[in-house]
Amino acid sequence: MMKRVLILGAGTAGTMMANHLARRLDRKDWSLTIVDQHKTHYYQPGFLFIPFGVYGEQDVIKSKREFIPDGVEYIEQKIELIEPDSNKVRLGDGTVLAYDILIVATGSKIFPEEIEGLKEDGWFKNVFDFYTIEGASALREALKDFKGGKLVVHLSEMPIKCPVAPLEFTFLADWFLHTQGIRNETELIYITPLSEAFTKHNCAVVLNYLLEEKRIHMETDFNVERVDETANRIIGYDGREIDYDLLVTIPTNMGDPVIARSGMGDDLNFIPTHKHNLQSKSHENVFVIGDATDLPSSKAGSVAHFQGDVLTENILNFISGNPLKDDFDGHANCFIESGFGKAFLIDFNYDIEPVEGTFPLPVIGPFSLLKETRVNHMGKLAFRWIYWNILLKGRPMPGIKTRMQTLGKRLPKIA
Amino acid sequence: MATREIAGTTVEVNDEGYLTNPDQWNEEIAKVIAREEGIGELTEGHWKVVKFLRDDFKEKGVMPTIRRVKNAGGIPTKDLYELFPEGPLKKSSKVAGLQKPASCI
Ligand SMILES: Cc1cc2nc3c(=O)[nH]c(=O)nc-3n(C[C@H](O)[C@H](O)[C@H](O)COP(=O)(O)OP(=O)(O)OC[C@H]3O[C@@H](n4cnc5c(N)ncnc54)[C@H](O)[C@@H]3O)c2cc1C
Repeated sequence: MMKRVLILGAGTAGTMMANHLARRLDRKDWSLTIVDQHKTHYYQPGFLFIPFGVYGEQDVIKSKREFIPDGVEYIEQKIELIEPDSNKVRLGDGTVLAYDILIVATGSKIFPEEIEGLKEDGWFKNVFDFYTIEGASALREALKDFKGGKLVVHLSEMPIKCPVAPLEFTFLADWFLHTQGIRNETELIYITPLSEAFTKHNCAVVLNYLLEEKRIHMETDFNVERVDETANRIIGYDGREIDYDLLVTIPTNMGDPVIARSGMGDDLNFIPTHKHNLQSKSHENVFVIGDATDLPSSKAGSVAHFQGDVLTENILNFISGNPLKDDFDGHANCFIESGFGKAFLIDFNYDIEPVEGTFPLPVIGPFSLLKETRVNHMGKLAFRWIYWNILLKGRPMPGIKTRMQTLGKRLPKIA
Repeated sequence: MATREIAGTTVEVNDEGYLTNPDQWNEEIAKVIAREEGIGELTEGHWKVVKFLRDDFKEKGVMPTIRRVKNAGGIPTKDLYELFPEGPLKKSSKVAGLQKPASCI
């Protein structure tokens, strides 16, 4: 009897796992199936650049099938229900797939309807997201016509995927407004539920400084209660009210509703997962990767890449009855675009905060950690090539290890 | 680890005054912390929040979020803000003898 590994979701993480496992599984005994509802694979990190005309839609779109290796069955269907107690998955057309091992990689997406008044009259008129292709493209048109006034960038609720993206957007908006000659006519405001600019304190200090330098006003500890799109006003639970002319919001991010329907998620439809080995907490033969997990690591493509290496080994360990390895350390590696052709790079894990240093090689770099440089910006743009050609194909990134390295980093002395 | 005496009990606290061992907590301690935090006398509404936070933390092992207080605890966020103004989750967790809620990634 052939056994089956079933992968749910052919986004960043699922596609990567299909490529890893196609090479590593013993194909005499194991078949590999992957399911996704969509044809198009979006390079989501590129959505950041679309509102400013740096990338167009064509720069972020490829076909999903192009990245699924030979010998892997690809099914284009909606996933209706996961039944982990009976090792079955129901699809939209009624098909039932049985599995021996399940990998859930259904990601996360925005849910504007979670915030009262957000998806009303102003939605896609002077209120936009940039976490979807539709939002990013519509925002580009609105920014073309923007004549100055109050531009408010708003983060609703943590966690979100790519937690640095809202700040990057704000920095790029500052740059864009300069190029349009309307920066002095624009008040740029950044609203966050956090107590400072970022979740990692070391990094927040550097970013706070940059916000000040760029004359971006930050409102912290702001929990949105509702948006009044008639008055163009965003209202916090503590009574604070902020007016806008153009609102760019990052709505609540949640796992796919199929996770809720299947009773597998937490309050945000994220799946409780063992943080070092990526096994689900509820079922031994169910593994979770990428944005779909409830892990306290960043929801980012680079993180999915490091998880992919660990998960591949653990699927093989599970099949051969060996103990799972606790090898995922929360490693994240993110460029932070800061405008005017520069960027930062941060590298951190569950335990170690971003620090200064060079990456990936000690002293040589070429990238500088926690510093704003032009070379980092080149790295950010090169990430698109790396994404399509290395990351999705499950190939190792040159010089970059799965576990975070401390060589080349200026770590604080632990007393 | 620092210790301090609250309402006649010696408890372990961190540098921000959060209890580090929820088992050392009792209702008298909660009342004292509430006064120190400017919340005043604890009403039925406050106790409902405190009880939910403690029970949920005990069951799940992680600090509940505002969303969870709303969904699983049945306490509307508006009410939470009225009961514990200025950082409702930080203050209510402190009163409940739990750790400071981490802002997640
Ligand atoms: C604006 C923006 C900027 C970003 N910038 C960066 C960056 O600079 N660097 C970085 O590393 N990461 C970045 N990211 C994050 C990165 O894109 C995600 O973390 C990554 O794509 C997560 O991969 P995933 O496979 O978990 O989810 P996804 O790639 O989102 O894939 C999930 C897949 O599951 C499918 N699916 C879900 N539910 C169902 C269902 N019920 N039926 C059928 N199919 C289903 C979906 O169709 C989708 O194809 C950014 C994201 C955004 C939005």
